[in-house]
Amino acid sequence: MARPDVEEVELELFVRALKLRHGYDFGEYARASFRRRVNALLQGIGCETIGELTARVLRDDALLPKVIAGLSVPVSEMFRDPAVFRKLRDEVLPLLASYPHINIWQAGCAFGQEVYSLAILLEEAGLYDRTQIYATDFSDAAIARAQEGIFPAREARLYSENYLAAGGAHSLADYYHARYDLITIDAALKRNVTFANHNLVCDGVFCEAHLILCRNVLIYFTDSLQNHVLELFRDSLVRSGFLCLGTRENIAFARAAQNFRAIDPRLRIFQLAQR
Amino acid sequence: MKRRIDLVAIGCSAGGLRALHTLFAGLDRRFPLPLVAVCHTGSDDVSLLCELLARSATLPVDEATERTSPLPGRIYVAPSGYHLLLGRDGRFALSAEARVGFARPSIDVWFESASAACGGRVAGIVLTGANSDGADGLARIRERGGIAIVQEPSDAEVDVMPAAALAAAGADHCLPLAQIAPLLNRLFVE
Ligand SMILES: C[S@@+](CC[C@H](N)C(=O)[O-])C[C@H]1O[C@@H](n2cnc3c(N)ncnc32)[C@H](O)[C@@H]1O
Repeated sequence: MARPDVEEVELELFVRALKLRHGYDFGEYARASFRRRVNALLQGIGCETIGELTARVLRDDALLPKVIAGLSVPVSEMFRDPAVFRKLRDEVLPLLASYPHINIWQAGCAFGQEVYSLAILLEEAGLYDRTQIYATDFSDAAIARAQEGIFPAREARLYSENYLAAGGAHSLADYYHARYDLITIDAALKRNVTFANHNLVCDGVFCEAHLILCRNVLIYFTDSLQNHVLELFRDSLVRSGFLCLGTRENIAFARAAQNFRAIDPRLRIFQLAQR
Repeated sequence: MKRRIDLVAIGCSAGGLRALHTLFAGLDRRFPLPLVAVCHTGSDDVSLLCELLARSATLPVDEATERTSPLPGRIYVAPSGYHLLLGRDGRFALSAEARVGFARPSIDVWFESASAACGGRVAGIVLTGANSDGADGLARIRERGGIAIVQEPSDAEVDVMPAAALAAAGADHCLPLAQIAPLLNRLFVE
């Protein structure tokens, strides 16, 4: 029998340790990219081997947030894939407008770029005052950053281009204050956002959402965890509610995919199918 | 004796589109392995790129789709905006992690994960380009017992990438672009 390589074994033990000691279960994360993140974490924390990291994270609770932050991939943009936001603006929001109160769940919110993109869309559609956005992530560090709404000024140009390509009605600069090399999102955009820690692996339904946005999160999950989360989304959506995934995500291997009908297959915008 | 190889991994950047045309036009129609290219194009629409390549390629060209397996005798191009990886289960995986050396997709990330997933049985090819992405990845491919093929820098539209690959990894074959498809046919077609 072929002997598994030592890193493979170390990785397995690391995953076990995080689960047993800290309740974070990465057992159903896609291994190829997870392994890369663990290796990057070693450098960041100054450990030689995964075994050393495991020993430290078992004993040192203060290290945990750093580990979770390192395993999370809080890479995002405002209005990333502008065509998706244009479609939401043109076709999904008009349908949501018929509800007296709108709940939107953004799962895996990273540093909040998409939360504020949504808030702007809703503001411009005249719907924001009757909308509640729940922005969740499993990394406390990410949520804290999202709550601040502060981004490097060098990102502003890309964000503005995306905003205009998404059909933005004004100038993105109307929604932030630039100071030195930072931009700060207008506090008024935060008025209807609730930030919370929610782990898609183990936490359950907490709201009735009309729209769930979860882009580029399920790509890190195995088929079975992807299926589990799609079931969670199904159970969290109102009848005919909408689900928006990342534009390169493939749910063809998940049984729960049959609960969703693609209203735009290319942009990965789905609607809960009638049961 | 033929070394066993499961997959051909290709990396290119500036000038890459033209190089891929030449490479893919020269492959035998019975080519028995999947070929997967990471090309920094700067364009968002890889499906258009695939269509263009398909016009001159002897094999079908598609964008690599998350969670699907690369099939023998087919060509795949990495989507833009994500890193492309190969899982131990032999299926494509994507990651939205930060750029590696200004690139996403990164050739290094692709070469490393493909080589790990295939137990080293990968042939890596580095073509024209203006940065050094792919050099480390090619070194990993060689360390694990795979085959390294590099376009002769003097023959490349931009020589930086093949030169960096040669410096970091060396090569089992270093030759002009026009001879790479014939080499692959010789090595892998029965
Ligand atoms: C690549 S970001 C996606 C950002 C944004 N949606 C986008 O597409 O631009 C992935 C986010 O998912 C979060 N995440 C990963 N695993 C999670 C889990 N089990 N539960 C909740 N969030 C998770 C990470 O912390 C990270 O912020």
